[in-house]
Amino acid sequence: MPLFILRRGLQALNVLFVMSLLVFAGVYAIGNPLDLLVDPNATQEDMARAAASLGLDQPLWVQYGRFLARALQGDLGDSFLHGAPALGLIVERLPATLELAVVAMLVAVLLGIPLGLWAGLRPDSLPGKTIMAGSILGFSLPTFWVGLMLIMVFAVQLGWLPAGGRGPTTDVLGVSTSLLTMEGWRHLLLPAANLALFKLSLIIRLTRSGTREALLQDYVKFARAKGLSNVRVVGVHVLKNILIPIVTVVGLEFGSLIAFSVVTESIFAWPGMGKLLLDSITQLDRPVVVAYLLLVVTLYVVINLTVDLLYAALDPRVRLAGARQ
Amino acid sequence: MSASAPPTLAVEHLTTRFATRDGTVTAVDDVSFSVAPGEVLGLVGESGSGKSMTGFSILGLVDPPGEIAAGSIRLNGRELRGLSAAEWRALRGDRIAMIFQDPMMTLNPVLRIDTQMIETVRAHRRLGRAAARDLARDALARVGIPSPDERLRAYPHELSGGMRQRVAIAIALLNAPDLIIADEPTTALDVTIQAQILFEMQTLCRQSGTALIWITHDLAVVAGLADRVCVMYAGRIVEQGSTAQVLETPAHPYTRGLLDSTPAVQTASCNAGQARPLHPIPGMAPSLRALPPGCAFCPRCGRASTACEATPPLVEPAPGHVVRCFHPLVTTLDEAAR
Ligand SMILES: Nc1ncnc2c1ncn2[C@@H]1O[C@H](COP(=O)(O)OP(=O)(O)O)[C@@H](O)[C@H]1O
Ligand code: SF4
Ligand SMILES: [Mg+2]
Repeated sequence: MPLFILRRGLQALNVLFVMSLLVFAGVYAIGNPLDLLVDPNATQEDMARAAASLGLDQPLWVQYGRFLARALQGDLGDSFLHGAPALGLIVERLPATLELAVVAMLVAVLLGIPLGLWAGLRPDSLPGKTIMAGSILGFSLPTFWVGLMLIMVFAVQLGWLPAGGRGPTTDVLGVSTSLLTMEGWRHLLLPAANLALFKLSLIIRLTRSGTREALLQDYVKFARAKGLSNVRVVGVHVLKNILIPIVTVVGLEFGSLIAFSVVTESIFAWPGMGKLLLDSITQLDRPVVVAYLLLVVTLYVVINLTVDLLYAALDPRVRLAGARQ
Repeated sequence: MSASAPPTLAVEHLTTRFATRDGTVTAVDDVSFSVAPGEVLGLVGESGSGKSMTGFSILGLVDPPGEIAAGSIRLNGRELRGLSAAEWRALRGDRIAMIFQDPMMTLNPVLRIDTQMIETVRAHRRLGRAAARDLARDALARVGIPSPDERLRAYPHELSGGMRQRVAIAIALLNAPDLIIADEPTTALDVTIQAQILFEMQTLCRQSGTALIWITHDLAVVAGLADRVCVMYAGRIVEQGSTAQVLETPAHPYTRGLLDSTPAVQTASCNAGQARPLHPIPGMAPSLRALPPGCAFCPRCGRASTACEATPPLVEPAPGHVVRCFHPLVTTLDEAAR
């Protein structure tokens, strides 16, 4: 097991290295941040001084070398725009995004598994068909459109919920959260629903197809031939088997929720990492973009590792590669 | 077996149908037989002849679109048709147990053996986990599994196919059922293990007086195991009788054909080592969707006449030996004796 984790860590370092190289070159190719940062009327000398202070006067490979040297000491550079450490800026926003993603995923899992089970157990019933039709909608409607509709209906027309922003937060052990106040929840509800919709549909379909497949298996028929109750057959024999693919997908989707909450965050003016990324890209704020992507890759690696460990815990047939029996 | 013992199971005119898109399929058609305590009944037929469906019907496990359309199933005199779902559940795994064909598929891959055994006990009896576990261990030991305590903690994939089938048999035995339905349980296993398991099952059922229905497509298996034999073809029982009657004086052309296509079927009075040329039955098992009217075996039968386009009558060449055919190979005791 430790060997397995170590190997994964080394792989992750490789990915991070390649990633940083690509992003560095990519942002460099898009344009010169100085054009956006410095007053167009500034003198040639001012320009040169600004370029020198940001290190932008050097050739790309020197810039990258400097970045790498500092990165190895845990310093991903300062934001061109804000002057503050890029990683710090992002981490500051991490709780907001994480909170949104966790609530959205919980909604998707806690609703999706029971609904999927129902649709899988009674595929021809009216509720079963309704659930499936709903999940097709959830799949095919674009996130931004659903977001706008949610705002239109619940914020503008009905006036029940705020249209955007994070609302009041409480500090718990230095981490800000909306989850402790009613007002915080009211702000969280719409963006979380928006973000959850696609994942909910995905989990419903996954659970449904898994259930239908499991029901045809001999082990389910054998369980019924043993005289077990339906609750036990479905709740233990079926669920334990279908949970294996569901955990995998939930894990991977959770990573993408964090990384791509950009759309939802900008529609609902949610002050998370996604919105910061968008702003940084338009401003060509390279250190923030690079730091953001490196952080996201790291998150993915950690999540994948967790998924693999969970997978091995759930499925007795799986032995982790490199792990000794 | 004394013929006078009241049967454990009596099935009469059992008919199980499936409503499919292109019409109704009668998978089990007017099937009648009974099994006495401690008796072994062999249910023989080609694949698709309705053997498994007969078993599932007796367990009340026919899933929609299938349903039991007619007939009666009595267990120790009690009618099972019309039982509520809860009453069925109380019977299954307790009074009637079933063993499936493929041991690789019947145990749940993600649950330990002890979980799968203990739940079977506790579904039917108010017992603590420890007591249920003791029963499970004893059952494993009884079916010849070495170091049962260790096996209890194993997952199915850690056991061989033969071992897994023994576990499934142990599960069937757990609650000392009145009837066990074994659906081709040794087909997927190699010959030595098959022979061991056959012998053990036979002994266990004899000792406990459990009635056993052994489903198989292999007449050779039935020869050494069963007291009585039912031969099924296209959902119907075409011949039944004692094992000696059916195997030594087969009356139905299909049974004859099965015997001629099975190597080394040996019953007590057969000359051991007598080589017979093998003759496969011509043609293929019919699709239940497009059965010919009258006798379903007609297209493959060498004795068929125009009469066979009507439903054949039941003929009883000897007491307890019944055949459904217009032109049976034996019709009287005299002929059978020749
Ligand atoms: N779900 C189903 N829908 C329609 N027909 C079915 C279904 N299940 C079984 N049958 C029919 O029942 C027949 C008997 O099947 P089965 O009892 O499994 O045969 P056996 O066990 O003798 O090989 C099959 O030939 C098939 O036509
Ligand atoms: S009834 Fe006719 S067709 Fe059917 S088995 Fe007998 S002889 Fe052959
Ligand atoms: Mg079968």
